Amino acid sequence: MTNSEKNRLKDKAFQVFGVFCTFIGLVVLAIFLIDIVIEGIGRIDWDFLTSLPSRRAARAGILTAWAGTLWILVLSALIAFPLGIAAGVYLEEYAKKTKLSNFLEINIANLAGVPSIIYGLLGLELFVRIMNLGGILLAGALTLSLLILPIIIVTTREAIKAVPRTIRDGSFALGASKWQTVWYQVLPASFGGILTGVILALSRAVGEAAPLIVIGALAYVPFVPSSPMDEFTVLPIQIFNWTSRPQAAFLTNAAAAIIILLLITFLLNGIAVYLRHRQQKKIKW
Amino acid sequence: MRVQEKIIEGLLWLSAAITILITVSIIWVLLSESVLFFSEVSIVRFLTEKEWTPLFAEKKFGIMPLVAGTFLTTVIAIAVALPIGLTIAIYLNEYANARFKTFIKPLLEVLATIPTVVYGFFALTVVTPFLQSFIPGLAGFNALSAGIVMGIMIIPMISSLSEDAISAVPRSLREAAYGMGSTRLQTAFGVMVPAASSGILVSVILAISRAVGETMIVAIAAGQQPRLTLNPLVPIETITTYIVQVSLGDVPHGSLEYRTIFAAGMTLFVFTFLLNNLSFWIKKKYQEKYD
Repeated sequence: MTNSEKNRLKDKAFQVFGVFCTFIGLVVLAIFLIDIVIEGIGRIDWDFLTSLPSRRAARAGILTAWAGTLWILVLSALIAFPLGIAAGVYLEEYAKKTKLSNFLEINIANLAGVPSIIYGLLGLELFVRIMNLGGILLAGALTLSLLILPIIIVTTREAIKAVPRTIRDGSFALGASKWQTVWYQVLPASFGGILTGVILALSRAVGEAAPLIVIGALAYVPFVPSSPMDEFTVLPIQIFNWTSRPQAAFLTNAAAAIIILLLITFLLNGIAVYLRHRQQKKIKW
Repeated sequence: MRVQEKIIEGLLWLSAAITILITVSIIWVLLSESVLFFSEVSIVRFLTEKEWTPLFAEKKFGIMPLVAGTFLTTVIAIAVALPIGLTIAIYLNEYANARFKTFIKPLLEVLATIPTVVYGFFALTVVTPFLQSFIPGLAGFNALSAGIVMGIMIIPMISSLSEDAISAVPRSLREAAYGMGSTRLQTAFGVMVPAASSGILVSVILAISRAVGETMIVAIAAGQQPRLTLNPLVPIETITTYIVQVSLGDVPHGSLEYRTIFAAGMTLFVFTFLLNNLSFWIKKKYQEKYD
């Protein structure tokens, strides 16, 4: 075999390896998902969705867990959405290139890299102890809001950056003020992109268990929370609790709850992908 | 009108400034509780004792077993994610056509959107039993399967960041390599990867930082036994798992046990903070080379 034949063979071999690597993760994921569905789908029925948790696996349901997850989703959105967009608008439209804005940027990048469990410790001390809220929904939502804030800020900035200079110049030329330009031109034009980012951030929040465990969310909550001041549990914590029990019946419950959690996660991500797609099709600068 | 504009700008500034307040709060919370911890347990003991048993009657406060557990799962995760992620990045850039690329990239991102508690479930109920079928000494809780599953989770992180880095290398470099008669493989490893090495390094550092802070996978599948070992087959405990373990129990506020989670959290924060800033520094220093 000549040298060039050898090299061509190596090239081909790497191509095959490349295809293998590209699909190995997805294949493993597919195996996981199929395994989960086989194990859990039979357990999902109306009773499972509408029953309170129980010590007996066969009678336990996820009503309180998914109600808590919905509460957390809505509350976190209400807190993080305005805050994140406002910060993103400031950094992109108002901030001058000073040392301070540079510092703000590095700081946000750093916050995005802080492990979620550290946010749990922050929430535990700040909201649960010092503000004396206890392990309630509001404390959990505040903690997760801080966690997803950097993600929302970064995506907001990217969406705003994509709005061309000419739109702003046109608005200024018509005599609009800075804020009028932002409110009537920049934000509507970038709203699709911002919303995509917010939804992706929320889907992250929905899957988080660690920070909520740290602030003291309970595994066993025998009632559906009716206000932000109630104690709560969420689907990921319920799944964690069931997974750490030795009895096989609880593992089946965990698999069933995972199916519901994945449905919520995929639904949120699906909406985000759809919005991004629509945005890209609709606007051609 | 002008006043209103100023008020709005002030409010927007305030929202941005909150992010600094968050960082300050994190550091303050970790520091204030850690200082109280270190007033009772000397920092020398913390760093040199070889056991971590703050919840037992005979208390030992050596962080090393937790650091070893974190290190072990992280190394396994990177050993899985780096070769696969980098190969994907090279394959998508040098071999695959554009249509395949746009089809496969969102699919790979799905790996990163799965909640980590779900990965933990997989590690415990699928991967561990599977590995046990040919690794006889493997315990029910172990660093190996938690690390492997964590590696699968961070594949898209390495593949997409490395891919960005490789595709930022100017076309002319690739074409010069082809002009010299190189194969795609030789072009990839001889020219593209070295040229994109700083970006690839950044992706690996960020992936390490992610793996160090990962909680639920290791809490579910790696065990809760702090152990100063690099044996991937036995139960261990990571820093993050310890924090979860204490949080699940009933530890009174203000006790030494309560403060241990902040000392552990401080250790974790220092690691991730250093890694993240190292990646920013590399990015800033080397990235503009081709612009």
